[in-house]
Amino acid sequence: MVPVNQYRLDARGLLCPLPVIRAQDQIQRLKPGDTLVVLATDPGALHDIPAWCRVHGHEIVETLRDDRDIRITVRVGNP
Amino acid sequence: MLAAKVILDQGVHVEGINFYTGFCVEGHTHAIRREHQNKPKRNNALWVAEQLGIKLHIIDVIEEYKNVVINPKHGYGSNLNPCLDCKGFMVRKAHEWMTAHGFDFIITGEVLGQRPMSQRRDTMPVVARESGAHDRLLRPLCAKLLPPTLPEREGWVEREKLKEFNGRSRKPQMALAANYKLVDYAQPAGGCCFLTNEHYAHKLADMWQARGSKQYELDDIMLLKVGRHLRPRPHFKLIVGRDEGENNYLNGYRSRYTHLYARSHVGPLVLLDGQASADDLLLAARLTARFGKGRDAGCVEVAVTDKSGESRTLRVTPIAPDEMPAEWYL
Repeated sequence: MVPVNQYRLDARGLLCPLPVIRAQDQIQRLKPGDTLVVLATDPGALHDIPAWCRVHGHEIVETLRDDRDIRITVRVGNP
Repeated sequence: MLAAKVILDQGVHVEGINFYTGFCVEGHTHAIRREHQNKPKRNNALWVAEQLGIKLHIIDVIEEYKNVVINPKHGYGSNLNPCLDCKGFMVRKAHEWMTAHGFDFIITGEVLGQRPMSQRRDTMPVVARESGAHDRLLRPLCAKLLPPTLPEREGWVEREKLKEFNGRSRKPQMALAANYKLVDYAQPAGGCCFLTNEHYAHKLADMWQARGSKQYELDDIMLLKVGRHLRPRPHFKLIVGRDEGENNYLNGYRSRYTHLYARSHVGPLVLLDGQASADDLLLAARLTARFGKGRDAGCVEVAVTDKSGESRTLRVTPIAPDEMPAEWYL
């Protein structure tokens, strides 16, 4: 069984589309099934990261938002 | 969007590439300014990709793009827009991506005669040549007006099904969009680059002049999009937040600049870019007071914090409007 790993990306303070670019660049290096937790502050990330995931076949596992941060968990799909 | 759709309709596999230069209009201003809160925060390129059902790759070209902006071989357009160099650069990057990922040709949405600099009959071959893409660059929307490219000659696409759009009118594109039942699409007249914006270009030129060199970092060009910019003296300027969203954004930069805000009244956060003497700080404090709720007060307390974090309070009279020459506004 291939081990699944969880990774974290801190994109806080970056304005869109930089959070999605950083997520894209990191996901390209991950394996199917791995998860990436993206931390962001730009509300645009709430739209851009799920949209990017939809066109590339990755899954949004969870989206959380508090007063300061946005936390989006992505499960890497098959390319 | 239309160019991709025309090629997709021929059964060709298409993926999108979107380059991020730092000068792109959408996104930032929507995220920052309260007045844009009602606008959709979507990334248009991603939205288009979803509508077309294709993958989209967003590529950070911030560093490489600097040379295009600073040293455009073909010069600038009406503002600081290096359109022809920009087009050549982006097609070159797309060609590199194409080669690295095993694709066969590049398509763009260019239309002959649509733009005064980069989409003329004499400049479109320049883009193909200088980018290195040569005849692997296909413009589906005006291909029938241009010599056949490799994909057409090889029969990868049917030339007869390509278009012959020409000129500045967007009506043929709108008709084609309607034919595809596409009703929601990005602003057809461009306007997606701050370098074409006269006001923005003025602020960028001012920054280069004040620094004595045509250099920039991403944070510089982002800050030019935010706030009201005033240069009351040649050696410093102020960036004044215009609403809560901008104040929050500027707040992220406060440790890197001398910054000011009114303690006694509600008002903006102000960043000071440059070198300021004691007299300059007093002037900056009076301007800070001017843009807050204490503008008509006899005395406003303004906190001034330098880059080391040392803070003090100045008690000032807000500057009067007639003491502020129009030239201070950038």
